[in-house]
Amino acid sequence: MAEKKNCDANSPKGNNCTHHSEERRTFLKQSSAMMALALTPPTVLKAADLDEKVAEKFEKVPVTLEINGVKQKLSVEPRVTVLDLLREQLNLTGTKKGCDYGQCGACTVHIDGTRVNSCLTFAVMQDGKKITTIEGLAAGEELHPMQEAFIKHDGFQCGYCTPGQIMSAVACIREGHANSEAEIREYMSGNICRCGAYPNIVNAILEVKNGGQKV
Amino acid sequence: MNQFQYARPAKQKAAIDLLVKDQNAMFIAGGTNLIDLMKRGVMTPEKLVDINRLPLKGIEKVQGGVRVGALALNSAVAEDKVILEKFPLLSLALKSGASAQLRNMATVGGNMMQRTRCYYFYDTALPCNKREPGTGCGALEGFNRMHAIFGFSDKCIAVHPSDMSVALVTLDATVLVTGPKGERQIPFIDFHRLPGDHPEVDTNLARNELILAVDIPESPFTKNVEYLKVRERASYAFALVSVAAALDIDHNTIRDARLAMGGVAHKPWRLSEAEKALVGKPVSETTFEQAAEIAMRGAKAFEHNAYKLKLAPNSIVQALKTAAGIA
Repeated sequence: MAEKKNCDANSPKGNNCTHHSEERRTFLKQSSAMMALALTPPTVLKAADLDEKVAEKFEKVPVTLEINGVKQKLSVEPRVTVLDLLREQLNLTGTKKGCDYGQCGACTVHIDGTRVNSCLTFAVMQDGKKITTIEGLAAGEELHPMQEAFIKHDGFQCGYCTPGQIMSAVACIREGHANSEAEIREYMSGNICRCGAYPNIVNAILEVKNGGQKV
Repeated sequence: MNQFQYARPAKQKAAIDLLVKDQNAMFIAGGTNLIDLMKRGVMTPEKLVDINRLPLKGIEKVQGGVRVGALALNSAVAEDKVILEKFPLLSLALKSGASAQLRNMATVGGNMMQRTRCYYFYDTALPCNKREPGTGCGALEGFNRMHAIFGFSDKCIAVHPSDMSVALVTLDATVLVTGPKGERQIPFIDFHRLPGDHPEVDTNLARNELILAVDIPESPFTKNVEYLKVRERASYAFALVSVAAALDIDHNTIRDARLAMGGVAHKPWRLSEAEKALVGKPVSETTFEQAAEIAMRGAKAFEHNAYKLKLAPNSIVQALKTAAGIA
């Protein structure tokens, strides 16, 4: 819980974590930002322009996203994935980069209510959409029922796949695909757990589903 | 990943014009295959034309069948009431493909346009005629466990991984496309190509043509259908072999039949001769074994995929038995 105290997930700019990895990340970000500055012509598109014209290669494109309930006006290069935007620009590092090729599910977020691999979509393509990440699941200090159930059932060991598992699990119930163990296993197959916590993950999902809580 | 220009036109014509003007431009829809390939440097489009704003998401009953918009999501089609009622085979195939997340992103048109591919295509350090024409095929003499047993050439032995396309070729679908010269229809069976001397070309869609919809005609294949996908894990893996089977049965006699395989060729592999052999025959394991034998004529294996010569006919028999309700 110590880490939680240092991180304010509800801040509009994401969680302001201050531990070491964060400092390193900030350094990397600043240095790559300086690189980008050296390369980038000073052009930033205006929002209304984009439907009419083609964004140039190094041009930053305005993107409006509602992330965890907070509307944000951002400026991104076309090749920035939703995953990289969340982690590198917004410090929402709860969403994990596992394979970065859509094979592992660690990057799963909800876009307009459906679960997707955030590593395989460009942020510019999601302009105007609502994104929910693992940081947006809890209601303040109160964990989401699925988070509670993962803790109760030991639905993880190393925890790296867990944010993606939980986002996928919530969607799995909302979609109506959590009616049996077999169905859960099938519809959770896009989330790989290298520690092999699958039986416990299935138990956690079954409990939330059978508990009838609102997810 | 390479840098690229980005545009998201709201009109079909503007989208096509952008591709006409720029040889290195490509459409992007769900992006699940294209972005993957771009990250690996396998594909390097200089301009992406995002077509997600075009109104092509609809699934609607039309005269003689159902029209599925090119941008309808794989998950939406799989769960659609009309599709479940009229074309349950398509729903089964879609649900067996990819993962829940990917099905929420992948579109019908994009699923068709995913590259026919193998691991040599992905590895930019190795030769591949599909990725770099003229460099040779790494799979021919290399690891070819996943590869084709039908329709390959000495230039390419990769297989098309789409499950959806196997169902659509089985259901005699037609693809509606538009381009600078106007609209045209392509029978689904002719949409994907065999590799021949040009494995770099996967489909018969022109570079600046846009898929608008897939039309699926009404058929009697609403009940006795099966999509059997054999793979190395229970879910979320490409098919080693898949079989789409559809039967129209009247009092234990097969009135009509449709049969196709995935994972065996550069395109979804329709088995017309085997279909003919089924018509008029009684529903029985013997009938299905005879059809499987006919289906396998001309199959040829490489060093590591000889198992498919046995797996494929066994899967055909199994799928037909399940479709007929005698499994």
